[in-house]
Amino acid sequence: MKAKKNKILIQNGITYAMVILFWAVVQMLSAGGHISSLMKGLLVPLCIYAILAVSLNLTVGILGELSLGHAGFMCVGAFTGAFLTRCLEAALPSVGLRFFLALITGSAVAGIFGILIGIPVLRLKGDYLAIVTLAFGEIIKNLINVMFIGRDSRGFHFSIKDSLSLGLEDGGTVIVKGAQGITGTPRAATFTIGILLLLLTLVIVLNLINSRSGRAIMAIRDNRIAAESIGINITKYKLMAFSISAALAGMAGVLYAHSLATLAATSANFGYNKSIMILVFVVLGGLGNIRGSVIAAIVLTALPELLRGLNDYRMLIYAVVLIVMMLFNSSPKAIELRSVVMDKIRHKQSGSAAKEA
Amino acid sequence: MAMLEAKNLGISFGGLKAVDNFNMTIEKGELYGLIGPNGAGKTTVFNLLTGVYKPDLGTIHLDGRNITGKKTIEINQAGIARTFQNIRLFKELSVLDNVKAGLHNHHPYSTLEGIFRLPRYYKVEREMNERAMELLKVFDLDGEYDYKASNLPYGKQRKLEIARALATDPKLLLLDEPAAGMNPNETAELMETIRFVREEFDMTILLIEHDMKLVSGICEKLTVLNFGQVLTQGETSEVLNDKRVITAYLGE
Amino acid sequence: MSFLSYLISGISLGSVYAIIALGYTMVYGIARMLNFAHGDIIMVGGFAIFTMVSTLGMAPLVGIVTAVAVCTLLGVTIEFVAYRPLRGASSLAVLITAIGVSYLLQNLALLIFGSNARQFTSVVTVPGIKLAGGRLSISGETIVTIIVCIVIMAALTAFINKTRIGQAMLAVSEDRGAATLMGINVNRTIAITFAIGSALAAIAGALLCSTYPSLTPYTGSMPGIKAFVAAVFGGIGSIPGALLGGIILGVVENLSKAYISSQLSDAIVFSMLIVILLVRPTGILGKKINEKV
Repeated sequence: MKAKKNKILIQNGITYAMVILFWAVVQMLSAGGHISSLMKGLLVPLCIYAILAVSLNLTVGILGELSLGHAGFMCVGAFTGAFLTRCLEAALPSVGLRFFLALITGSAVAGIFGILIGIPVLRLKGDYLAIVTLAFGEIIKNLINVMFIGRDSRGFHFSIKDSLSLGLEDGGTVIVKGAQGITGTPRAATFTIGILLLLLTLVIVLNLINSRSGRAIMAIRDNRIAAESIGINITKYKLMAFSISAALAGMAGVLYAHSLATLAATSANFGYNKSIMILVFVVLGGLGNIRGSVIAAIVLTALPELLRGLNDYRMLIYAVVLIVMMLFNSSPKAIELRSVVMDKIRHKQSGSAAKEA
Repeated sequence: MAMLEAKNLGISFGGLKAVDNFNMTIEKGELYGLIGPNGAGKTTVFNLLTGVYKPDLGTIHLDGRNITGKKTIEINQAGIARTFQNIRLFKELSVLDNVKAGLHNHHPYSTLEGIFRLPRYYKVEREMNERAMELLKVFDLDGEYDYKASNLPYGKQRKLEIARALATDPKLLLLDEPAAGMNPNETAELMETIRFVREEFDMTILLIEHDMKLVSGICEKLTVLNFGQVLTQGETSEVLNDKRVITAYLGE
Repeated sequence: MSFLSYLISGISLGSVYAIIALGYTMVYGIARMLNFAHGDIIMVGGFAIFTMVSTLGMAPLVGIVTAVAVCTLLGVTIEFVAYRPLRGASSLAVLITAIGVSYLLQNLALLIFGSNARQFTSVVTVPGIKLAGGRLSISGETIVTIIVCIVIMAALTAFINKTRIGQAMLAVSEDRGAATLMGINVNRTIAITFAIGSALAAIAGALLCSTYPSLTPYTGSMPGIKAFVAAVFGGIGSIPGALLGGIILGVVENLSKAYISSQLSDAIVFSMLIVILLVRPTGILGKKINEKV
């Protein structure tokens, strides 16, 4: 009993320690001037992708539902956060405080979107859910692309046509400029903040998994009908996992918004291909394996920059590895083969153990 | 007052009457058997009793409370727990966590208390662990508590399903073919366990079974279902000697 | 008059969606999987024609035949290598694998052809017509697309209802286990389904690229997703549903581009998917499937 609890504590401890060690090593290298400017530019994105991968793993690996709209939630968080930071410019001169408020608000709004979208969507199963979350991500991206918000002394103005139709007074500012997005967000995101947020994400997700609610979520994943039969509220826990996952993606979005001078809802930033890329991290790191997600996100983001020559083949290799891993892990024949091999090993071990006795 | 009273239950699928005019009364503490040939509608009765299907007709009362048409979750909370013919464990979870999932509604703490590891998390988790281990001991599964459920041998998986159902603290336990796939030794052992559960937990048990040795060995009363209708019901010895029952099983 | 013109080009676009949706709907009905890579087969078809016609200077018809052959082979190969080993695995695993295949095809095309858009030469040689004294002009591509769609629908319906293979497909989609007991080779039936779906994707690719002549490695993915929406809209597994869903989707997309906002047309199309799934999860012409306890 104790042993098992300790095993979980140790496993989680390794994950946290790994992240902290990574931070320390980077700090040391950068103090010694051993980090290229290219690599420096990657440090915040590394944290962003790691947070995205961990949070998506909560939906895909722990809840067992395929969401292809993760970039959409990130997009909601990014724009909410950037908008808030810009709006409070005059009222709150402290960039740090604004960034902090933006993180909270961005995560909260993304989480609310998660609930609003989750309520209808989680009734659907499997493939339908995947395609509907993809659709939601695209809708969010499209809507932001036609959205114009400006502010003058009379308050906020809103339009879905262009900046002119906002009818701003002289001296009014356009904050959200449709396809051009939001400019002038302070670039307050640092590697240390990114690591702290990644640690926060890990605490939330790992502790959730090892708690009553996490058990309920995984019970639903493993067998919905049995979970219902023991009185677990399916909708509640599905929605919980989905919205926490969305809120964390939103938080990553705020971080992202504060690492760029211009935030635009392009397909490259928030399209479904981005969601699929995060999914690739999750699958390569191992479904349900949180530490794997962190490692996969960091390695797969940093590697191609370190090995520039490989860049052309990078995506191709991801794709092949993805397919091979799925075949190896999920094909009934491969599973059978593995269990036969495992049995043989076990027999050998118990055989030699018997001899010793 | 009867523990379970099903009156005039009926349901059809696409015009076919799967269960028709089904009546059954189970008294508190009884060990009751539901038998019948394949396709007679036994599992459908379980699905009606547990809210997986809503009956077209009839009423179900549990311990005097009307639970007709309620959802599966509500029925479980009202006091019916079940196992499944085709085992439905949480196969990626540990043996212990399977039972702890069953304790879900009886040992609550909030999600935030769980995420931020507040004192109540530790207190309730400890209670859950103790209770779950007690239950596992009953089924001689405590040695395998940290195994992945899918790695248990078949017979133990069936037992774990019963332990999980008992964890929800039911008034009535429904067992769907608990001895299916077991060898005679395992079946004999299972019979002992079922008797023990009844005594230890003061449980009312309704079971579906094909193994006549098990049925005649432990059930006090039987209902025989044939083509979705009650063929006969009553004391086990009387029912098993009924000509119609023998015909239904062996054919004309 | 401009409304009529938008409507007709919408029907034409919808016809392409319908042909692609057929591939989705048949594969989903028979193999119970969402072949996410189906859209990318369209792109492969497009590049096959581009290579034959624009690079090697062959006749358009040779290009189309080559594309159909290449895509059919590709579809069957993908099924054999990536999907068949996963039969019986969770739908999550199958879908992720399909996404992997889609990723693979896109990046393979990226490696071979680069990311710059290629100018696709229309394979349609039929001239356009002008009606209502020249105020309404319909392009040759539009006419051919609509006619090809009608022919394919009719041929496919006849194929399924009149041939043994078609009947086997129906049987497998009803109950795979029972079909096996009846002596139907399920693996072969599923392979044939992929072959037909992929051949249709090649034709859809030819028509799509003739109307919208810019070809990139990502050309197929968005139409592919929209065609899946069309298949769901019409009722997955249903051939008339694919036609109906495709046409409705094409028309709605074109009209909203013309009258609401070209940037919002995708959002409108996707909103329709969400609404239909909430109101009628099985689509307009679909059947309900129950889970066995």
